[in-house]
Amino acid sequence: MRMKKITACAVAAICAVTMLAGCGQSESGTVSTDGSTSMEKVIGSLMETFQADNEGITVTYNPTGSGSGITAVAEGRCDIGLASRNLKDEEKEQGLVETVLAYDGIAIIVNPQNPVSGLSIEQIAQVYTGQITNWQDVGGNNEEIVLIGREAGSGTRDGFESITETEEQCMYRQELTSTGDVIATVGQNPAAIGYASLASINESVKTLDVDGVSPSEDTIKDGSYKVQRDFVLVTMEDTALSDEAQKFFDYITSEDANEVIQSAGAVPAN
Amino acid sequence: MKYKKKVLEDVIQGVFLILGMITVGFVLLITVYLILSGIPAIGEIGIGNFILGEKWASTASEPFYGILPFMLTSVYGTAGAIMLGVPIGFLTALYLAKFAPVKVKTSVEFVVALLAGVPSVVYGFVGMMVLVPAIRKLFNIPDGAVLFTAIIVLAVMILPTIIKVSITSLEAVPKEYEDASFALGATPVETYCRVSVPAARSGIAAAIVLGVGRAIGEAMAVMMVAGNVANMPHLFGSVRFLTTAIASEMSYSSGLQRQALFSIALVLFLFIMLINAALNFFLKRNKEA
Repeated sequence: MRMKKITACAVAAICAVTMLAGCGQSESGTVSTDGSTSMEKVIGSLMETFQADNEGITVTYNPTGSGSGITAVAEGRCDIGLASRNLKDEEKEQGLVETVLAYDGIAIIVNPQNPVSGLSIEQIAQVYTGQITNWQDVGGNNEEIVLIGREAGSGTRDGFESITETEEQCMYRQELTSTGDVIATVGQNPAAIGYASLASINESVKTLDVDGVSPSEDTIKDGSYKVQRDFVLVTMEDTALSDEAQKFFDYITSEDANEVIQSAGAVPAN
Repeated sequence: MKYKKKVLEDVIQGVFLILGMITVGFVLLITVYLILSGIPAIGEIGIGNFILGEKWASTASEPFYGILPFMLTSVYGTAGAIMLGVPIGFLTALYLAKFAPVKVKTSVEFVVALLAGVPSVVYGFVGMMVLVPAIRKLFNIPDGAVLFTAIIVLAVMILPTIIKVSITSLEAVPKEYEDASFALGATPVETYCRVSVPAARSGIAAAIVLGVGRAIGEAMAVMMVAGNVANMPHLFGSVRFLTTAIASEMSYSSGLQRQALFSIALVLFLFIMLINAALNFFLKRNKEA
């Protein structure tokens, strides 16, 4: 009986010590990022290369959406906020500053079975505001168009709606909360249309040409692909970043990071 | 020696008291916090506009904060899940408790327990990948992420609760009742349906109430299959529940929008309190019966 007690105490003690040790290790450097789900691929690749070069520093990424990321920085819940839209004036008034990391195209996506291969910006706006409700009217099959969009706090939605000038008029059938959900849903429904970061597109969906221009790195860089927005890093003006966070920030905004950003499908800004 | 024992008793009792108080403390904390943060927005929006407003556009330049669509969706969704889930769950329980051979019973009960342990995000994911396209094809509608799909997912999710609680209450029926019925020449089906079920009715009612509680509080799974657009509910239309209204906007909300989300939480909390009150009522009657 006594032996058992002693063993139990010993096990508890070991557990406690290991937990403390765990804490100690993570203290040697964590950088937390929070925000845009569109930036998942870009920030994920940057994290990987950064952590490979800087052993001991852990970078975390919390995919919550642009609005959430901006709120998180303002409330001091993370080091660097990630937004796939520019800051609004009232956000800048709170002392937030933005640094453009990269440019990203918003791909207009449909199911691979859909015969339509391109739309004009005007047609996209008409589709999303409910003036065109059948694929037939834009050269497709006789099927009702299913509009897939993002939640109101999304940077992708903000970018899409401001470029197509459809703010507050979109007649969504589904408002999903991440880039991945939009791609999965459009990939499943032959009548669906959606929008998602070009960097995250996979083969389960087809991207449409907009005004006759297909989205690619070149067309985004020269501005001929119209539906594009900035990937920005959000920080507080008056609050200095921790050494580790500053190091990460400097790395991802340097030229060294360009190749990584490119391979993740976005166009580097610096 | 005796004195020492008394002190030890008191100390241990004190520890238990403190532990018990922690739970009570959390409930109080949540209640007070919800009321304090939920009331201001209702005041600002106006209770009529809030409860009866049919339009929710929290991020528009001219915002609307009407939660009637969410409330109705939650009520319809839960009612639908109960209508589908209760007959299936209850009859399963009746079979397992009274008719099934021991081997079948233990294996089915094991599966039911497994079903109860499936995380809600998994229900949501399977619903999104399998059920949504299936409903779209089956009913020939443009999109399958509709209230009906959410109802099916919720019905499956409440099954374990209903089955388990119903089995317990059916097994608690005194064997003498059934023996008396058999002695009078009733068949097993007659006995179980006419004697056991009425005797267990308050326990079964408790099972339904618990199912309602589970269905109305579910957020993750319905968020993935219901489309999430703040429309007035329609069986084959995209809808948003009270829970998903909070979950999908909380992270980026600010100002009055955030306060309004707390008000939605307060409304949901009131719903759940009502359900708990109903549950207590049934359980109390169960004891007396």
